Amino acid sequence: MTLESRNDAFVLFEHVQKSYDGVTLVVKDLNLTIGKGEFLTMLGPSGSGKTTCLMMLAGFETATHGEIRLDGVNINSVPPHKRGIGMVFQNYALFPHMTVAENLAFPLEVRGMGKTEREGKIKRALDMVQMGAYANRRPAQLSGGQQQRIALARALVFDPKLVLMDEPLGALDKQLREHMQFEIKHLHENLGITVVYVTHDQGEALTMSDRVAVFNDGRIQQLAPPAELYERPENSFVAQFIGENNKLPGTIEELSGDKALVRLRTGELIDATAVNIKEKGQQTLVSIRPERVEFKPEMMPPGAHTLDAEVVEVIYMGDILRVVLKVAGSDDFVMKMRNTLGQTRLEPGQKIKVGWHPQDARALDP
Amino acid sequence: MAEVAGELLTTADGRPLKAALQAAQARARRRAFLLVLPLLLFVLLTFLVPIGYMLKRSFEHDGFASSAPALVAWFAENPDFDPANPPEEAFAALVSDLARMQVEKTTGVAGTRINYSVPGTISLFKGGARVAADLQPPYKEALLAVDPAWGRPALWRGMESASHVYTPEFYLVASDHKLTDAGWARGAENERIYLYLFGKTFLVSALITLICLALAFPVAHLLATLPLAKSSLLMILVLLPFWTSLLVRTTSWIVLLQEQGVVNNVLVALGLIDNSGRLAMMYNMTGTVVAMTHVLLPFMILPLYSVMRVIPPSYARAARSLGATSWTTFRRVYLPQTLPGIAAGSLLVFILAVGYYITPALVGGADGQLISNLIAFHMSKSNWSLAAAIAAMLLVSILLLYWLYDRLIGIDRLKFG
Repeated sequence: MTLESRNDAFVLFEHVQKSYDGVTLVVKDLNLTIGKGEFLTMLGPSGSGKTTCLMMLAGFETATHGEIRLDGVNINSVPPHKRGIGMVFQNYALFPHMTVAENLAFPLEVRGMGKTEREGKIKRALDMVQMGAYANRRPAQLSGGQQQRIALARALVFDPKLVLMDEPLGALDKQLREHMQFEIKHLHENLGITVVYVTHDQGEALTMSDRVAVFNDGRIQQLAPPAELYERPENSFVAQFIGENNKLPGTIEELSGDKALVRLRTGELIDATAVNIKEKGQQTLVSIRPERVEFKPEMMPPGAHTLDAEVVEVIYMGDILRVVLKVAGSDDFVMKMRNTLGQTRLEPGQKIKVGWHPQDARALDP
Repeated sequence: MAEVAGELLTTADGRPLKAALQAAQARARRRAFLLVLPLLLFVLLTFLVPIGYMLKRSFEHDGFASSAPALVAWFAENPDFDPANPPEEAFAALVSDLARMQVEKTTGVAGTRINYSVPGTISLFKGGARVAADLQPPYKEALLAVDPAWGRPALWRGMESASHVYTPEFYLVASDHKLTDAGWARGAENERIYLYLFGKTFLVSALITLICLALAFPVAHLLATLPLAKSSLLMILVLLPFWTSLLVRTTSWIVLLQEQGVVNNVLVALGLIDNSGRLAMMYNMTGTVVAMTHVLLPFMILPLYSVMRVIPPSYARAARSLGATSWTTFRRVYLPQTLPGIAAGSLLVFILAVGYYITPALVGGADGQLISNLIAFHMSKSNWSLAAAIAAMLLVSILLLYWLYDRLIGIDRLKFG
């Protein structure tokens, strides 16, 4: 769902910059288009500028420079209550002095909606999140997951064009979080709303999103669908931030098209795919996902370069076996093996050879 | 070890579990009680006992009953006498008591007691006592010849009433009643000072509470939302009055607001008012309200602050994102959450204001006096029982208010800090 045309964009950030102190930029030249009905996640470590971007979109922060458009209209100077954007907050922000039904009625009342219409909408919204029986409870009488559902219902009850979610699942335990991820995803699919979701949890970003924007240092490092982001990171920050990753530093020995031959610091040669490498002799960091590392010769492509490895540790994790290897001078090289029937059992101290498909080894900026 | 339902549970050494639990908890309770014992004794001795004593004094006065035994005995035998025309025996008892008072020097005490309900009695008693020993029967004519006021029915009613040690008389006086020749009656309209002053005290206290709330709300909000470094500085400014003597603070208001004071001088210098038209802002109600508002402001700010500090800013953001204007957000989301603080601050300021003494005494002049100044006045005149009766009425009205508050809002919703 890539919408490059400015006119088709539902939300558009154009050269947006934000500074709080007039000295440093928290958001540096942000350009982003979000299509109608898209689920876009802003992912990044804390202080990367993702929440600031969300707050600018919601209207709680003003852009220092640049333009933000919603449905073709410049909203830079539109106050938050006139933007018609639903928002789910990290701590839910349910009004403690109102019941669940009153919380949901609030956005409808301030829009001057009549009582009967209001009640219909509240009931529909509560049923949508399976909380119909809780209308007369107070937020304090609900569990974290239930409060989360009510917050979601409240953000959706007035049929907003756009829903923003600021780390909405951060306070929930792991199981509930995973369950809610799917529920939010299904709501998005069923209602066809546009969602901008902020999180620092990469698993959450990958499971839920149509596209993920990885933020670091006030810039979008990569904007891509989850699979592309995971399998084809464009720079070493994204490679390291998303998922687990083995890094092998070296120098480009040969470069033809996107095929690169890399000489590691310890002298071995490996094949890799050049990503943001420009010329021969350049320093590089080769990134390989642990689950793409092979140690059985029949699984490797013919003629692949292999590296000598020594097993340091085998960690049993249930579904997988995590093998820590000493490879090319580094002793934290990780290989993940599926725990299948008849899988070869490795022992610490065992010497093996590891290799991979050249497209799984990505030569990135150092 | 599985226990059968209904069987008595026991500890490992066979004691009943319930008794063991109670013994264990009793030890902890005793220790806790010993810790609070000093404070309990302190409060009992310095607070509850004096209040109880004050309440007793408001009902009790033996100034007359102990110094006029003959008359007390006669009143006890003739409860249905006619105050308009007491018989010769009554006058005989009175004269013998007057002579005795002169010897025992109790004329003043006895006169003061009657003086509560029948003003002007002290001098009458003193005059009567001086000549009582020389009077010859028939005592009625003799005493009336000394001063015809001895025949006033009000005086005889007053003496009969004062012959009882315990009496509700002081409460009648404190609610603007007085003893006339025909019995107890409400005083003339221009004599009703006590209830008027009660009303005025409550109105002024309500006004001060409202002004404090209006001034404190924005300050408390600022305190709760500013960054820590700035809010600490502001907090010091708020607390500064606490570290200054009350007398110094009140005196500085005199310096500022008096007729030749700073504010008037500035206004005259600016040409806003004429030199002859200087504003009277001191030694009247304005002075009392201004100075008391200043003194009581921190008591409003602190409870408000403690409530506002814990209201996360995301509530306001949520309300705004849901489509509420900033006014609606304030009214429907922020204000209701500050209610416990508003209630606590208002109750605190109001109760403090109702009993405030020093500030009105210093800056109030004639117009700005409150009920506590009247209590102090009666105490200075040694009218302990009347002072106690007014104080007790004040206490009861505050307790009533507290009860009303509990019914309407709930004491458990109070939040002082």
